[in-house]
Amino acid sequence: MNNLPKKNPKQPLTVEQQIKRRNFISFTAFAGLSVAAYGGWSWLKKSPKETPGITGKAQAPFRRALNQSELAFRNFFSRNHLVKTYPKSGAAKKVRENSHVGMKEKIDVSLWNLSVMKRSGQVLLIGLDDIKALPRTEIVFDFKCVEGWDQVQYWAGVKLIDFMDHYRLNDEAAMAYLGLETPDEKYYVGIDMDSALHPQTILAYEMNDMPLTDGHGAPLRLIIPVKYGIKNLKRIGTMTFSNERPRDYWAERGYDYYSGL
Amino acid sequence: MKTMKEKHPLAIRWFHWVNFPVLTIMTWSGLLIYWANSHYTITLFGHTFYLFFPQGFYKALHIPFRLAEGMAWHFMFMWGFSLNGLLYVLYTWVSGEWRHLLPKRNSFREAWLVVLHDFHIRKGLPPQDKYNAAQRIAYTSIIVMGFGSLVTGLAIYKPVQFYWLTWLCGGYHLARIFHFALTIGYVLFFLVHIVQVFLAGWNNFRSVISGFEVIESPNIKSLTIPSNDEQPAEEKP
Repeated sequence: MNNLPKKNPKQPLTVEQQIKRRNFISFTAFAGLSVAAYGGWSWLKKSPKETPGITGKAQAPFRRALNQSELAFRNFFSRNHLVKTYPKSGAAKKVRENSHVGMKEKIDVSLWNLSVMKRSGQVLLIGLDDIKALPRTEIVFDFKCVEGWDQVQYWAGVKLIDFMDHYRLNDEAAMAYLGLETPDEKYYVGIDMDSALHPQTILAYEMNDMPLTDGHGAPLRLIIPVKYGIKNLKRIGTMTFSNERPRDYWAERGYDYYSGL
Repeated sequence: MKTMKEKHPLAIRWFHWVNFPVLTIMTWSGLLIYWANSHYTITLFGHTFYLFFPQGFYKALHIPFRLAEGMAWHFMFMWGFSLNGLLYVLYTWVSGEWRHLLPKRNSFREAWLVVLHDFHIRKGLPPQDKYNAAQRIAYTSIIVMGFGSLVTGLAIYKPVQFYWLTWLCGGYHLARIFHFALTIGYVLFFLVHIVQVFLAGWNNFRSVISGFEVIESPNIKSLTIPSNDEQPAEEKP
């Protein structure tokens, strides 16, 4: 008698066993994945801050996501996509002032010049009257703040693209970024050239048909409707061009560098 | 006599459980963003009944002064939320699951009977298969809402590049209001959903993890109960 252990051909599992088995597998997997998801979340939550540089204060994975999102959405950018404009009657009379960073010091507007650092190293000093002599452009549009508010505002000045054409800044226009800083260098923004050369980007010297007030960035400010308000630098002192991102006040403080609309 | 009846395909269970934490993160990070200009109210005839949200609510959840962080989370998880939602719709479409999910012609009348039943006003439910009429409407609406969040979100995120979406939403302000209202809708959906899941009991809850329900069929001697009665073309996970 060969007394081999009875190797039953596999008995089909009873319903009870099947239920137990599938419950076990499913609930173990569910618990495992829940723990993994929780782990991923707490890792993300405690992930290290990026190394402070041109951008800062954001956690590294989030900065990467912001930059990747920028790249994805830049594909949809076109200089032909124009911001919706409104009749002048729709513009706010009391225009919101949200920040005075970079404008604490008093300046003498009559002595003010815009310094343009050319690629060659040459510096152009341009007075307000020279800028006012260029073709004037008006825009009434819905100014949007990253905080969530928006306001229809009426600005006038010269298109940045016209300004650059006039001063033959062609080499500069071929670069990747425009940098702007206040005279005290306390507020500064970097803007990709595509957005800077958008036909609705203007160097503004008037608001509601009046010269800019101090609070709104006299004598000259940037109005760039394809960006959030944080990029609309007031009281421009210097203009630079580069192929790397120029420093940017809010990007150093955890906000998206691109901040495009 | 117990039998197992397949209910939720594996893919749908994945989509459901991936969506839950992702939507929670989207709601929370959205709140961090909304706080920065917290200004929606319910106002009727000049009287403000409710301000979204009271200071105590923000403080309790540590919401204030975290705008940059909120945007960073929101713009990371928007990808996951959208991708998961799109894959879900694609799956239900390709697999034929949509047949259980889309409301039928009589669903709107029947849903009313379901609601009456749930409030113990009416006895007995109209005949139903996997989902009753009220569920069909709810689970289809929530997908329409998700799509709405995606569209209104894009309309707010890139109102210049996607100007036509913003226009479609009735402008920037309305897009923001819809985006906000949809989120309130998810929270309300969630509350009802939790109550319903609790009332429906363990067998139902288990099925969204294990995929099957256990059917107790008393007094039937025959063992040849078809496991998928009334459900032709059901996909097995």
